[in-house]
Amino acid sequence: MTAISAEGLVKVFPSRSGEVRALDGVDLEVPVGSVLGLLGPNGAGKTTTVRILTTLLAPDAGHARVNGVDVVADPQSVRRSIGLSGQYAAVDEYLTGRENLTMIGRLYHLGGTRARARAAELLEQFDLTAAADRPAKTYSGGMRRRLDLAGALVAGPPIIFLDEPTTGLDPRSRLGLWDVIEDLVREGTTVLLTTQYLDEADKLADSIAVVDRGRVIARGTSDELKAQMGGERLAVTVGPGHLGAAREALAGLANGELDVDEHARTVVAPVAGGSTALLDAVRRFDESGIEVLDIGLRRPTLDDVFLQLTGHHAEPTAGGPEVGTAPSAQEVRP
Amino acid sequence: MSDIAQSLSDTGTITWRNITRLRRQPDSIFFGIVQSVMFVLLFAFVFGGAIQVPGGEDYTEYLMGGIFVQTVAFTCATTCIAMADDLSRGVFDRFRSLPMSRSAVLAGRTFADLAFAGVTTGAMAVTGLLVGWSTHSTALEVLAGFALLALFAYAFLWIGAVIGLSVRSVEVAQTAGLIWLFPLTFMSNAFVPLESMPSWLQPVAAWNPISSVVAAVRDLFGNVPAGYAAPEYWPLQNPLLASVLWCLVILALFVPMGVLRYRRAASR
Repeated sequence: MTAISAEGLVKVFPSRSGEVRALDGVDLEVPVGSVLGLLGPNGAGKTTTVRILTTLLAPDAGHARVNGVDVVADPQSVRRSIGLSGQYAAVDEYLTGRENLTMIGRLYHLGGTRARARAAELLEQFDLTAAADRPAKTYSGGMRRRLDLAGALVAGPPIIFLDEPTTGLDPRSRLGLWDVIEDLVREGTTVLLTTQYLDEADKLADSIAVVDRGRVIARGTSDELKAQMGGERLAVTVGPGHLGAAREALAGLANGELDVDEHARTVVAPVAGGSTALLDAVRRFDESGIEVLDIGLRRPTLDDVFLQLTGHHAEPTAGGPEVGTAPSAQEVRP
Repeated sequence: MSDIAQSLSDTGTITWRNITRLRRQPDSIFFGIVQSVMFVLLFAFVFGGAIQVPGGEDYTEYLMGGIFVQTVAFTCATTCIAMADDLSRGVFDRFRSLPMSRSAVLAGRTFADLAFAGVTTGAMAVTGLLVGWSTHSTALEVLAGFALLALFAYAFLWIGAVIGLSVRSVEVAQTAGLIWLFPLTFMSNAFVPLESMPSWLQPVAAWNPISSVVAAVRDLFGNVPAGYAAPEYWPLQNPLLASVLWCLVILALFVPMGVLRYRRAASR
């Protein structure tokens, strides 16, 4: 059974310098009860995809079905079976947490009594009971996100869309939100989540679609994607002035392209043969008198996957060329 | 629930939300009241001596109709800012992802702001009574006058809503919601009689919807001096009919435009 399916989604936004193809033929399929992670940098088209699937935006081409219903033909039915928690927490800050959730319940037409009962239940579940009757503007960032996520769950929808649920949260709130999402999945909810964090996709998603410049450039489970990368990675950090020599020493060893970080003086090389390659590398460094500060083998991460697929890192902070240089109208609200 | 019942229930919920928001910002209500009281006092005392009104009447009598209309018209700037603000915060995305009525968000906004306009109108009426204004008509006519003000306010709030949904930021909304109201309210009979304007401006002012409403409100409150002959323009000869027609035309144009804008707004 398929909960969400999309075929050839295209969305073009007008911009000052012509047109931006925010989506350029996106295909997706999410089986019932599973979690799809849409992974990509800012401006890749993740948010636009979510906005189309949640009926906020009409595609310029292609089709999408959510819970078996076409999003363009019958948006109102789609809305009855989804919950959306956005990148910008859509919490009304002058209303209390309880009022926020009761209001959403009423707008789902649960009726006053059920809306109030459901609000109380969710406040309890999301650990917001103590703050329930305070205006949401007094909430911390993590509390707002939890309240926003609770808002998406008011009607107990079978399918949930989470657009960058943890962007901008501190690590503790992030872990807390991950727990909540994992609970939902255990209860059988289908989740489509977008993220620019590799560890988040790795942790939460059953399968991952890597999105870049409006296209899905790779898909599979986290392990499958990593397996595509072949063997392990040999990472070495060298002393000042030794980077060039280290690069030369590893060039002969690597079975793929080297990833060099000038700033951290680190070279990462895909290698075959694991520990043999490690011993070989140590010998070469020793012979050339290269000062090694740290050396080790590791399994490929999703960042390696991203780098190999796109030629740039997934996370802007990971260094490398600037990502998301394509105009990102769809991610930036006016 | 039927579609209409759902629509009404959604409108009620959104109206409640907006009124609750207003109540939690007592300073904005306070300044709304201060502003309207201040306008009454400024015009009554500063211009009161300088402006000649038809029939040599007391200027305060003449003024109140105009100031009521101006103040409720200015309420639409509030609507404009609130719309732009909601739009910028992602609250509309949440609303639009819910299986709720599309028009309820706008209807709920305008109803809440109409309640706010009611509060400021009350404050003005009390201030007016304190500085010497009074009505000289039946209770029913006075009631009709306030009802007309409410209809006019409601129509204008939709203009504010459309502007708020059309601009790209709250900062722009603060100016765009307000700026056009100055020429509109001042190029009317709100504060000065039409007869004192240059002859080329008189027809413009006569066909200004503000003038019709002001004239009709003055009529209904009994603030038109005995024997005063209204200028020879149809909207001023039949101010009540003209006012109602103006309001209906504005609603017929701006309600569908607002709903359309709302649907498209989040897709920018």
